[in-house]
Amino acid sequence: MKIIVAIKQVPERDARIRIDSSGRWIALDDIEFRMNESDAYALEEALLLKEAHGGEVIVLSAGPERVGQTIREALAKGADRGIHIASDSLASLDALGVARLMAAAIADEHADLILTGLQSDDLGLGQTGVILAELLGIPHSSLILKIEKTDSGLRLLRELEDGWFQHISLPTPALLTIQSGNTKLRYATLMGIKKAKTKELRTVDAASLGIDAQPGLLLDAVALPSRQKTTQMLPGTPAEAAAALVAKLQQEVRVL
Amino acid sequence: MSTVLVILEAKSGSPSRISLEALAAGAALATATGAQLAAAMVGPAAAMDSLGSLSAAIAIEHPLLDRYTADGYTAACAQLIARLQPDYVLFPHTYQVRDFAPRLATRLGRVLLSDVTAFSLDGNTVTFTRQLFQGKLNGHYHAAAPAPCLVSIQAGAFHAAPSAPTSIPVESFAPALEPSAIRTQPGEPFRAATQTVDLSSAPLIVSVGRGIKDEANIALVQELAQALGAELAASRPICDAGWLPMERQVGSSGQTVAPKLYLAVGISGAIQHLVGMKGSQCVVAINKDENAPIFEIADYGIVGDLFEVVPALTTAIRKAKG
Repeated sequence: MKIIVAIKQVPERDARIRIDSSGRWIALDDIEFRMNESDAYALEEALLLKEAHGGEVIVLSAGPERVGQTIREALAKGADRGIHIASDSLASLDALGVARLMAAAIADEHADLILTGLQSDDLGLGQTGVILAELLGIPHSSLILKIEKTDSGLRLLRELEDGWFQHISLPTPALLTIQSGNTKLRYATLMGIKKAKTKELRTVDAASLGIDAQPGLLLDAVALPSRQKTTQMLPGTPAEAAAALVAKLQQEVRVL
Repeated sequence: MSTVLVILEAKSGSPSRISLEALAAGAALATATGAQLAAAMVGPAAAMDSLGSLSAAIAIEHPLLDRYTADGYTAACAQLIARLQPDYVLFPHTYQVRDFAPRLATRLGRVLLSDVTAFSLDGNTVTFTRQLFQGKLNGHYHAAAPAPCLVSIQAGAFHAAPSAPTSIPVESFAPALEPSAIRTQPGEPFRAATQTVDLSSAPLIVSVGRGIKDEANIALVQELAQALGAELAASRPICDAGWLPMERQVGSSGQTVAPKLYLAVGISGAIQHLVGMKGSQCVVAINKDENAPIFEIADYGIVGDLFEVVPALTTAIRKAKG
């Protein structure tokens, strides 16, 4: 099976969020980046499928030069080669624009399966994968926990709301967005890290893909959210704060 | 006259609560933009009899839509939109909408504005707000493309209107669908296992998140829960990691709870978690990040290192209980 995994590089989860001088995004200096969490699960599923059935795992990512590190990390975990859509101005595109770049970059690959995480930890649009499926004219399913190869295609376990699940069958080629949590993520081994340096990482200039960059949606500004409730902060040392909270739980909340 | 179309989702045969919230958002948007409000739902006309004042109520009916598929719903909604030519199409932001609405938007050459929490009118431009970075930041967007503008509305962002008889007769709309156009075969929904922990009736809950860092540290919150006489719950990452069983998960993919006290330890408060617990009577949050979104809905907050605060709190509670 030839599998493409689309991964995104996002700011570290604990990164301190500061709005930049444009007021349209966060300040990126001093920020550490890492692989988007649900994309890491998509990569894991791809590697498991390859181990079980053979084939090739290709990692696809778009963004500035630093994205190369995240692709190398995926190669170190066991992906076979990488495609980097190089662009310093992805933020000027909407999800459709980014998916169009991806569709153009992988048009000649004719993959059996495309996997990606269900949503990014930064923008959280949760759409790029589904849009890509429509652009490529292939079926998709989202929020997938388990993938089983069958004679006619794939049998999937899909998460529904409130603790419900369902099985879905679909033919390949197909695109799936992966929900986190089904498997444990592997770490890159030293050997893997060494090998990754020699693996093919092809850089495609986004401008060469000939995509009309007119976005249909514009992010005009970002702002820190205002509080919905007045939170009473309990200051002091841990012992002082704990004592103050116990007093509140006894007198106000009346649960002690 | 322009139209705001709200596409509702049925749950057990009638519009789901979050669908009615999306309808309320649609009504507010229609009022603000001087548009008329239409509603549509896949299902029988009888299920749409209590939607209040509408310019059109449309039951989308076709045997191939009996079970949800992205292909079927995308094709059906695309045909309905072509017929009604709405300026805005609103959806509830559910797992099902997340599955097909991006595909529908792409087919129309548009991008879905997903998980919207609010909108405002600025001259002739409607600005929509949605959350970024798991709720740590708000983003303000506007649509630059021609109509229709597709928007999904976050659960709890708008209040559903009290139910009232639908003001006009419900029309039936039968889209043209071919079995061959539906490429996925969905199975019957099921629950994984019988749940042995019913968090929904627990009066006191101590809930733990990513901030606990390591499985070995779970004991810290276990002791706190024990001292308090509370059930132990967790956010998704903790259950994903296998540190606590899935049945203790609170949030959109887990249980919904409304205890008297919800004590959130090391939980940042991503929306997927908040929807499962924001009905709690009192929320206490312990987090090292003073900007964590959990503090937006907390009644009491302690900013600090949970590895110091939690043991101190356990000791203080034991002392108070004698």
